[in-house]
Amino acid sequence: MNLSPLVISFQVAIPAGLLTFVLGVWAAHAVTRAGRLQNLWDGLLTLPMVLPPTVVGYFLLLIFGKNGLLGGLLYRAGLSVVFTTQGAVIAATAVSFPLMYRAARGAFEQLDENLISAGRTLGLKESTIFFRVVMPGCWPGIAAGALLAFARALGEYGATSMLAGNIPGKTQTMSLAVASAVAGNNRALASHWVAVIMGISLITMLALNILTGLQRRALGKATN
Amino acid sequence: MALEVDIRKRLGSFHLDARFAFDGGTMALLGASGCGKSLTLRCIAGIVKPEEGSIRLNGKTLFDSARGIDLPPQQRRVGYLFQHYALFPNMTARQNVEIAARGSRRERRQQAEEQLRALYLEGLGDRYPHQLSGGQQQRVALARIFASGPDILLLDEPFSALDSYLKWRIEMELSDTLSRFGRPALFVSHDRDEVYRLCGEVCVMQDGRTEPPVSARRLFLAPQTLAAALLSGCKNFSRARRLGERLVAALDWGCELETESPVPEETAYIGVRAHRVRPAQTGDPGAIPCRVDRVTQELFSTAVMLRPAGAPAGGDWGLLRMELPKEQWQALHAAGRLAVRIPGQDIMFLK
Repeated sequence: MNLSPLVISFQVAIPAGLLTFVLGVWAAHAVTRAGRLQNLWDGLLTLPMVLPPTVVGYFLLLIFGKNGLLGGLLYRAGLSVVFTTQGAVIAATAVSFPLMYRAARGAFEQLDENLISAGRTLGLKESTIFFRVVMPGCWPGIAAGALLAFARALGEYGATSMLAGNIPGKTQTMSLAVASAVAGNNRALASHWVAVIMGISLITMLALNILTGLQRRALGKATN
Repeated sequence: MALEVDIRKRLGSFHLDARFAFDGGTMALLGASGCGKSLTLRCIAGIVKPEEGSIRLNGKTLFDSARGIDLPPQQRRVGYLFQHYALFPNMTARQNVEIAARGSRRERRQQAEEQLRALYLEGLGDRYPHQLSGGQQQRVALARIFASGPDILLLDEPFSALDSYLKWRIEMELSDTLSRFGRPALFVSHDRDEVYRLCGEVCVMQDGRTEPPVSARRLFLAPQTLAAALLSGCKNFSRARRLGERLVAALDWGCELETESPVPEETAYIGVRAHRVRPAQTGDPGAIPCRVDRVTQELFSTAVMLRPAGAPAGGDWGLLRMELPKEQWQALHAAGRLAVRIPGQDIMFLK
């Protein structure tokens, strides 16, 4: 069995997960403080979660295609996104982003606002408050969101096939390999990949449950 | 003046209009819950932004809407003791204090040790906030504030999160701590006893408005306004009309009262404390004939609700509350009717 889909899946999901983590946490923090436009931003940033992945892929093509807004610039700089691993990373990031964003936002909103105010009156820098008070106070929720987003990035299919295609050895991830195997009537290969995906997903969900338990314990402590 | 506050803010139908100044020592903002006390503190600390006005601390402008000044909380040097202390739950007591201290890592560590020792927290530095009692948490919060070197201390209902049997001891400790701190402290409370024991000056707040600060003694022994008298624990009020130099009509009680001192022209209400209302003989001069409305047995005293014979029907204030020792009430053998008198020197004239 050719293992390249497994390797490519992780080559895509790890950078996509990291990107999603940073962007999602940043966006959630910014929107929590956005005041009046909060609802609008919230809707826009959650949109990729409810749109069909193919629609997300279509928009990504519009943006990153050779004639697209960003794609044109990148193309002139000698970088191509369409039909490359970078494209798969972008697609996985776009689709997994709302999961991270929503989890982080929920965690930020549960944090006692007075802790932040206390930090400010004590003269702590905003960055110190964020990294030493807000993030530790929110980490179980944020870590759970990151895990969920990573699992989603790992299994991404729709937007990836639109933007990065299904090129064996280059952009063919495990979920794309399943589709190809079924289309080529190779049931044995398809069930191999299905088993691998099931195993990874199960482990992820198990870790998620442990994290949620930790979060409940942390909240219980705070209220006692 | 150490602190000068003159701010306005609207929140829905609530209007905050706080104007006061004080020179040092400990001052209280006293008022019922929801009157805007905590909001005022939050404006001073820079957590909430007022719509207009100014806040000055030791001559430094913290906020001035006219000049467009609004210092961030970090630059105000205002220590804020939150109602539930707001200790960082992910840090030990020592780390909570260390993070607020300035200087190198070693200096911060040393300062934290000093502050913990000063607040009798030796040996508790490695505990997390949830492993400390309410009083210990409060001391950690104070140590943390002192480590940050504030110019003023704001205390938001510092005893509300404590069990009542602990309160008196922690109150004494806090009183000591405040005098050692030696800088001005502004204290928010709805508990008149707390305020009387801890504060030199009191600023009464009602429905978002402040009254001019007065000394705590004067507020409680001789309140000038209806709000102040209510907060000082006075229970009997009547609308009043001045009839003469030393004669006033109590409209809600349907009687005229002779007073010891001259009745001020602007008197709108009079008040009398429940333990100052005394039983009298029906024929005595100044006796007010009453019907006994209800008798409540308190722990050490008896509270009697009386309806004066001349009281207009349907008034909110038509009842007089008299409190007297249990034995004295039993000795009266009052059955349904009782005459009382209100000594002239115990009548408070209120605006």
